[in-house]
Amino acid sequence: MYDIKALYEAESVQDAIRLLQEHPQAQIIAGGSDVLVQIREGRRAGAELVSIFSIDEMRGVCYDADEAIRIGSLTSFSHIAASPIIKDKIPVLGEAVSLVGGPQIRNIGTIGGNTCNGVTSADSASTLMAWDAVVELHGPEGVRRLPIRDFYIKAGVVDLRPAELQTAILIPKVAYEGYFGHYIKYAMREAMDIANLGCSVNAKLSEDKKTLVDARVAYGVAGPVPMRAPSAEAIARDAAVCRETVEAFARAVLYDIHPRDSWRAAKAFREHIAVELAKRALTESIERAGGVIDG
Amino acid sequence: MYAGQRVRRVDAFDKVTGRTRYTDDLCDRGAYIARILHATVANGRVVSIDTSEAEKVPGVVRILTCFDLNEKHYFPTAGHPWSTDPSHQDVADRLILTDRVRFYGDDVAAVVAEDEVAAAQALKLIRVEYEAYPFVLDVQKAMEDGAPQLHEKYPNNILKHTQIRIGDYAKAIQEPGLTKVEGWYETPVVQHCHIENFICFAEAEGDKIKVVSSTQIPHIVRRIVGQALGVDWGKVRVIKPYVGGGFGNKQDILYEPLCAWLSLQVGGHLVKLDVPREETFVCNRTRHSIRNHIVSWVRPDGTYAARKLEAFSDQGAYASHGHSICAKGAGCFPQLYPCDNVEVDAYTVFTNKPVAGAMRGYGIPQAMWAVECHTEDVCAAIGADPVAFRRKNLMPVGYVDGFSKNELYYDSFNQCLDKAMAAIDYERKYKEYQSQTGDVRRGIGVAMFWYNTAVWPISLESSSCRMVLNQDGSFQLQLAETEIGQGADTAFAQMAADVVGVPLDKVHVVSCQDTDVTPFGTSAYASRQTYIAGFSIRQTGLLLKERILDYAHRLTRMPTFNLDIVDGNIVRTTDGRVLMSLAALAEEALYSLTDSQHISAESTYQIKSNAYSFGCTIAEVEVDIPLCKVKLLNIVNCHDAGTLINPALAEAQVHGGMSMGIGFGMSEKLLFDEKTGRPLNNNLLDYKLPTMLDHPRLVAEFVENPEPTSAFGTKSLGEPPACSPAPAIRNAIYHATGVGVKNAPANPHNLFRAFTEAGLIHDERQVPPCTT
Amino acid sequence: MGKQYKLIHCTVNGRPREVMVDVRASLTDLLRNDFRLTSVKKGCEVGECGACNVIINGECFNSCIYLAVWADGKDILTLEGLEGPNGEISDIQQAFIDEAAVQCGFCTPGAIMSAVEILNEGRLLSDEEIRIRMSGHLCRCTGYENIFRAVKKTMLKRLGIHQEV
Repeated sequence: MYDIKALYEAESVQDAIRLLQEHPQAQIIAGGSDVLVQIREGRRAGAELVSIFSIDEMRGVCYDADEAIRIGSLTSFSHIAASPIIKDKIPVLGEAVSLVGGPQIRNIGTIGGNTCNGVTSADSASTLMAWDAVVELHGPEGVRRLPIRDFYIKAGVVDLRPAELQTAILIPKVAYEGYFGHYIKYAMREAMDIANLGCSVNAKLSEDKKTLVDARVAYGVAGPVPMRAPSAEAIARDAAVCRETVEAFARAVLYDIHPRDSWRAAKAFREHIAVELAKRALTESIERAGGVIDG
Repeated sequence: MYAGQRVRRVDAFDKVTGRTRYTDDLCDRGAYIARILHATVANGRVVSIDTSEAEKVPGVVRILTCFDLNEKHYFPTAGHPWSTDPSHQDVADRLILTDRVRFYGDDVAAVVAEDEVAAAQALKLIRVEYEAYPFVLDVQKAMEDGAPQLHEKYPNNILKHTQIRIGDYAKAIQEPGLTKVEGWYETPVVQHCHIENFICFAEAEGDKIKVVSSTQIPHIVRRIVGQALGVDWGKVRVIKPYVGGGFGNKQDILYEPLCAWLSLQVGGHLVKLDVPREETFVCNRTRHSIRNHIVSWVRPDGTYAARKLEAFSDQGAYASHGHSICAKGAGCFPQLYPCDNVEVDAYTVFTNKPVAGAMRGYGIPQAMWAVECHTEDVCAAIGADPVAFRRKNLMPVGYVDGFSKNELYYDSFNQCLDKAMAAIDYERKYKEYQSQTGDVRRGIGVAMFWYNTAVWPISLESSSCRMVLNQDGSFQLQLAETEIGQGADTAFAQMAADVVGVPLDKVHVVSCQDTDVTPFGTSAYASRQTYIAGFSIRQTGLLLKERILDYAHRLTRMPTFNLDIVDGNIVRTTDGRVLMSLAALAEEALYSLTDSQHISAESTYQIKSNAYSFGCTIAEVEVDIPLCKVKLLNIVNCHDAGTLINPALAEAQVHGGMSMGIGFGMSEKLLFDEKTGRPLNNNLLDYKLPTMLDHPRLVAEFVENPEPTSAFGTKSLGEPPACSPAPAIRNAIYHATGVGVKNAPANPHNLFRAFTEAGLIHDERQVPPCTT
Repeated sequence: MGKQYKLIHCTVNGRPREVMVDVRASLTDLLRNDFRLTSVKKGCEVGECGACNVIINGECFNSCIYLAVWADGKDILTLEGLEGPNGEISDIQQAFIDEAAVQCGFCTPGAIMSAVEILNEGRLLSDEEIRIRMSGHLCRCTGYENIFRAVKKTMLKRLGIHQEV
């Protein structure tokens, strides 16, 4: 039994906005795998909740205008992983969300919840960040879209205005076409764990597979919110596909990331792992893109 | 014969259908809900408690604080047999609620409410004023002069210091040509993590108090609830239903006294205390963290000239099982690898941490971590082969321990090693993995263990058994030895069926213990139950059989010495003829108008023996050095646990112990904030209990040398499997990388430091980021 | 404000149910307290241990972190629902018995329900896939070895594949 003050169930996006306006103190609950846990531990005890769980229009993966991939915010991790569109265009996202918690958590956890909680360790977030995802927000003022990197404000805080909710995450065609990626979750267990560090890399190669046209890298837990490593990306852009590029790219992430010391992991350890993961994730991305890294 | 057969568990059907009733399943829904308010300072005193706001919460029935305890009955909590000799009694240092706080999480108040939400809301509104004292979390710092004192009676926080002295260590180390090998080896605080949290409920019943509890030790709970409440022990009735795992945590009195007391404070109303997982981690019991210092002096021929062990055991805030855990590990030291000159000093020391108690292995997993890591370090230092060195120095056949009188009757160690090595293809892999280079390397490592069976001669060992014949020739088997998941009931049924001579399905094990009804016994700990209950089952079974045959004699006029019970029939042994079924006899006996008898038997057997149990683990790992990660590829345990009563359940027991050992060696550790003493990871997300994905296939092998002292040739197996996996894994990592970590677990944090120190990896910050 | 309730309709183990639920209740609360389906166990109440796992519309969920009101319109299956009309048990339950995959039994109901979800897909899974799919259950007794064997043996048997496990 949860210490919930009141529960309002929304039947549609508009209904949710209305309920949020009527109950300005209310918090949104989607799958509940974070919110309910926080109520139980007392952090959100006594909360008023607007449940959006039953809004089926916010579920599913499809193509939007201009072949952007549209993922409804309430789509569960397991449904994302099973989506033919995801498997075809950005399999790495399916792989990343298949590393969240365990099977039951992946059935209840939603990609919207995973991003709206503003948590740096979210397994989907670094990959979305690395793929230049765009979030779609519905509020009393209408719809707005913003790049996911602008959505994150600080630890635990995202750019959600009063009575606004995230309805979808979009990956534009320009962001995925020709890109191949790899995500590595670094955790203490192979399942049921939270990332000590997450690294998502994707790469686009030239026609002849000899040159990196572009490489993008994003981290979870390398800072207060998921973040890109622009210095590393700059090194990789138009660089030759070779071991030196991979090494330089990986080393350069240290210019950008700033993990902290905590009981979950020491800063020096996270930095070491960040470099190693960048190396491995870029290598794998290049191989998936058809490139061959020399000696 | 059922003993030795892989028969199915007697409780399996109910457990796979959801019929099995555990404590919470039995509690009436009208119960009040109790929650405990835990201290938020690590050391100090409660100055005042303001419950006025909390009492306003609708649904709150009563709030009780440490100041409401009218009589202070200090009680012990260890699940040990009581001793009538006061000098052997467990330390009585607990109160139902305390104003003197000794760890972050100590119990200072409790809420009784109509539902869990009201209880949780009230907890948040209780205001406690503390006078905080300095605190100490480190076991050796706690021993320093001037360290914060936890208990007045124990200067320097030393609960107990014991010594073993064999030969003359100081003289022996003067021998020329010795190699000195020295190391510090430490194990972490870990927790049992049975999936059913501790839970109990209590209500008044006439002038008695009834407690239903998820416990391993119902009769001991009865005694201690009596002691804690200051009431006659007979006025306490304890019922133990099916238990969702215990592993030693529930071999302590946890919150049964508090729950009973709370019920009495609310007019005897039913009160349920369901401990949340977060509190189970730190407010029940933990495994003692033990810091060991070992010095060995080794001769050029690979034998020991002298050895020394200092063990510092972190007891946490209260005595619980006290020094027995550290003492057991210390006692093992001169036995596993005997040496003519040994010095052992074992200290158990209070710190402001959660209370350490019994946990599967009872000090031996800690001792084996130290001893078997050190053995590997010795091998490395003198260039010895790890297996050959062990074979040379292990306890020899015929060894007898002077205290326990335990004897190594067979060549168990070598037999176990041989079998385990064959199972994992050790020789080939050991050679193949020598001198690897590259980022990813494999290794294979060995560790041995030593164990006892039961607690004689330190404490009482007895078992009482009752068998009651039914009209259909079946009988109830009642024992105080408890089923807590290990499969005890099935083993008992197998033994009883064999002794009496009936089909297995004619034995109805009464699984639920009720101290008003169940014969006396001290229950599940020390891997004792199959061994101990074997005696009383055999004795009582023979008694029952004698009574049955006596009745058969009256019905058949055949002499009893020519009668036997075979497969549920009365058989004449001279010609094998079936004279009548046991069912017919039982029916006649009960309803006879001339000679009615309810045939039953009951007896107590006091056991004055103990038995060595031995074995080893071999683990094979793959180490990804840059990622500081270890993948366990293969692992095998081989045990000499005597004759197996049920090989299938024995294997299952070994799997579970290995799993616990894997967690202990690779991932589990409870962490505490140095600044406050607050636990940091007391939940199942942050505490890294291994999942199915973290395990390889587990292989269990056995050498079945029948134990001569045992009623059925059997000896301990419950705890032994958890003793040696951790050091075997560590030694495998050592083999792969040349880096031997000293502190468990060998998790990535620990390996990062160790690999960095060894120069296997570089701190990335020391290498300037490059640009091309 | 006072307590808030909602009338919901759902199917539980094949039986249509209509029940008034406290909006604060978890599905675990509803199944255990209202329907007395005590196979649904509480081990952590935060979705980490898997002891409260049930199948909702064909997928596994930890019922402790699933609001009871969300069960409205859903088809819920608990361990009790596997029992046949004459009390017969399913192949996977029998496999748990035969493989000694049961010890204390507390994680057993949840683990069996995940196995049911996997087996109902009718696919051949690799050992690694079985482990991934069963990884949402913490067990302290078995080391998972015999649970793994029970799931794998049942999968092979259903697919008519004769192979040593």
